[in-house]
Amino acid sequence: MQVHSMHFKARAGNALGDATLQANLQKFGSAGLAALRARAVEAYGHAAFERLRDAGAQIRDRSLADLDTLIERFEREATRRGATVLFARTREEARDLVLEICRRHGLKKAVKSKSMLSEEAGLNEALAAAGVLPVETDLGEYIIQLAGEAPSHIIAPAVHKSKEEVADLFERAHAKPRKTDIPEMTREAREALRTHFVSADLGISGGNFLVAETGSGGIVTNEGNGRMVTTLPRVHVCITGIEKVIPTLEDFATLMRLLPRSATGQPISNYISFFTGPKGRDDRDGPEHMYFILVDGGRTNLVGTDMQEMLRCIRCGACMNHCPVYKTVGGHAYGWVYPGPMGSVLTPSYIGLENALDLPHAATLCNQCGVVCPVKIPLPDLLRKLREKQVDRGLRPWSERFALRVWAWAALHPRIYALGAWWAARYLRFLGGGLKRITKLPFAGRGWTLTRDFPAPQGKTFRELYRKRSGGA
Amino acid sequence: MRVGLFVTCLVDLMRPSIGFAALELLEAAGCEVYVPPTQTCCGQPGYNSGDRDAARALAEKVLAEFEGCEYLVAPSGSCAGMIKTHYPELFADAPSLRARVERLAGRVHELTDFLANVAKLEKVPGELRGRVTYHDSCAGLREMGVKAQPRALLAKVPGLALVEMGECEQCCGFGGTFSVKFGEISGAIADRKCEALEATGADAVVLGDLGCMLNIEGRLRRRGNEATRVLHVAEVLAGKTGKR
Repeated sequence: MQVHSMHFKARAGNALGDATLQANLQKFGSAGLAALRARAVEAYGHAAFERLRDAGAQIRDRSLADLDTLIERFEREATRRGATVLFARTREEARDLVLEICRRHGLKKAVKSKSMLSEEAGLNEALAAAGVLPVETDLGEYIIQLAGEAPSHIIAPAVHKSKEEVADLFERAHAKPRKTDIPEMTREAREALRTHFVSADLGISGGNFLVAETGSGGIVTNEGNGRMVTTLPRVHVCITGIEKVIPTLEDFATLMRLLPRSATGQPISNYISFFTGPKGRDDRDGPEHMYFILVDGGRTNLVGTDMQEMLRCIRCGACMNHCPVYKTVGGHAYGWVYPGPMGSVLTPSYIGLENALDLPHAATLCNQCGVVCPVKIPLPDLLRKLREKQVDRGLRPWSERFALRVWAWAALHPRIYALGAWWAARYLRFLGGGLKRITKLPFAGRGWTLTRDFPAPQGKTFRELYRKRSGGA
Repeated sequence: MRVGLFVTCLVDLMRPSIGFAALELLEAAGCEVYVPPTQTCCGQPGYNSGDRDAARALAEKVLAEFEGCEYLVAPSGSCAGMIKTHYPELFADAPSLRARVERLAGRVHELTDFLANVAKLEKVPGELRGRVTYHDSCAGLREMGVKAQPRALLAKVPGLALVEMGECEQCCGFGGTFSVKFGEISGAIADRKCEALEATGADAVVLGDLGCMLNIEGRLRRRGNEATRVLHVAEVLAGKTGKR
């Protein structure tokens, strides 16, 4: 997928000016997934859910600490059960491996269940170019594929679209009378997809987790499409990140108590599907060939570093559902596969700090994300670390660095600082005039007064008033 | 009880009256208040902009200024949160400094938390006729656990009725330098806060952090709302809401 993360600010500006998008985001914000999560946590019990989050974080930490041996174990167990395990160092290698599998088996049509890694690798474009028709079968993914767009949310990819926009898309794609009743629209999409399920020769799925002890992949879906994708076509490819390996099925069960609750507020998702190797001799269903592609794509660069906690991520989307910035500008503004707080950490980590300069700063550090993360990733801390790395690598504009230097120097010299504050209090008070507010601030302050007034200061500093009060000079 | 008052750089520059309100409240609670004359800033702007060295230097300064106090109290959840939760991490590689910083961190309180839980202020000096709503500032709420304390204290203010707004725990969009770097997004987030608080019909929104205060007030006025007052909780409790 093309990277547009350098243009966050411009894209966010467009999003703010897009009335339809704003209306859709407003709907998402008020009646959205955050409220459903809150209800689910309430029902589970806050204290118990906290313990569950601790357990989830521990499982992920243990898995990451042991990642090399876990991957080997997974490979051994999966291979023993007849699957082929492949490794890709880069997203491009991952794409090439899928294309190679298509050539080897002469595959022509791929049905896909949701996979963010497929987005990372730009798989759909590559498949189409190689003459393999990719069909997204997750309803949200299906919608945005029809629209020719990228997902704007990791679990609700079409959340930026209204029912009316989807109705228009379906009318064109299905060549049937326009419908706006959601169950009817869903039925129409199911009918369209069914022909693809039975005619596809390749199924591509993601993998929420890979279980080392059994060599299985597991996916979580609500529509059942994942089960079709992984059982009907004669070849199944599961493509996922190497960090998704966990030790045991027991661990999977624990994480499964966290994931749907955090994502959609469901105690359990409608479907949890496991795949362990291809169809056995006595099995009636299942693929003849089963591949796992484990992709690095920048992940090992984080292992053993101060950013490793990010690899705990189980892709629930809770951080973006609770993010004031995401809820205001939507996912496309972030410019690559992963939006919201987790995206603002992952994108610079995967595609390079210098290719996503705005993202670590595009957060108020309100820590709504941190307190809802099911595996306790300290997202604001990680964003701050990325900011530090930008400073260390000289990636911040000179004006910002200069201003910070001057401020820090002054703040360390109380007399000089007092003088500056004395002057600023009076100057800003003067600018505030009779209404005591400034409608246009100079220099960097312009950013503030684009959308807000700046309330003027009272005119004298606390320190000078306090000194007078206590009888000092 | 010897309490060090850290007024914060924004109060110093923008709203000294809040500093004095905090001072009076602490004195009303029977504290001996010490105001280090050299105090400037907690270092948060540097810390959040990735300038760790600057943050560290200022953290050492705050440490030296307040180490001798029994408590450090700030009329800001954000600055108190910086000292309590982030200072220790700044000295991960300097054990002796870290130990000193941790000792200080254990004694840091946001103003209303201190008044309600430590000083156990019984009677508040202030009085305010009208309906107010309370905005939970992010750092106060999520780093310092400030939620019930300001509400309990406001309940003691004669004449005051508290009405909760929808999503009162939602960020107002300030975010320090974020408000300047991403002014349009910040303003749009503030807009939602304004809508929520206007929907309550309250005469004033009360809060505990200068950043949010400037942000919400600035956006309210730009939207043409001249009526809803934006007050710091210290001003309300001390009865100093007369003039800006």
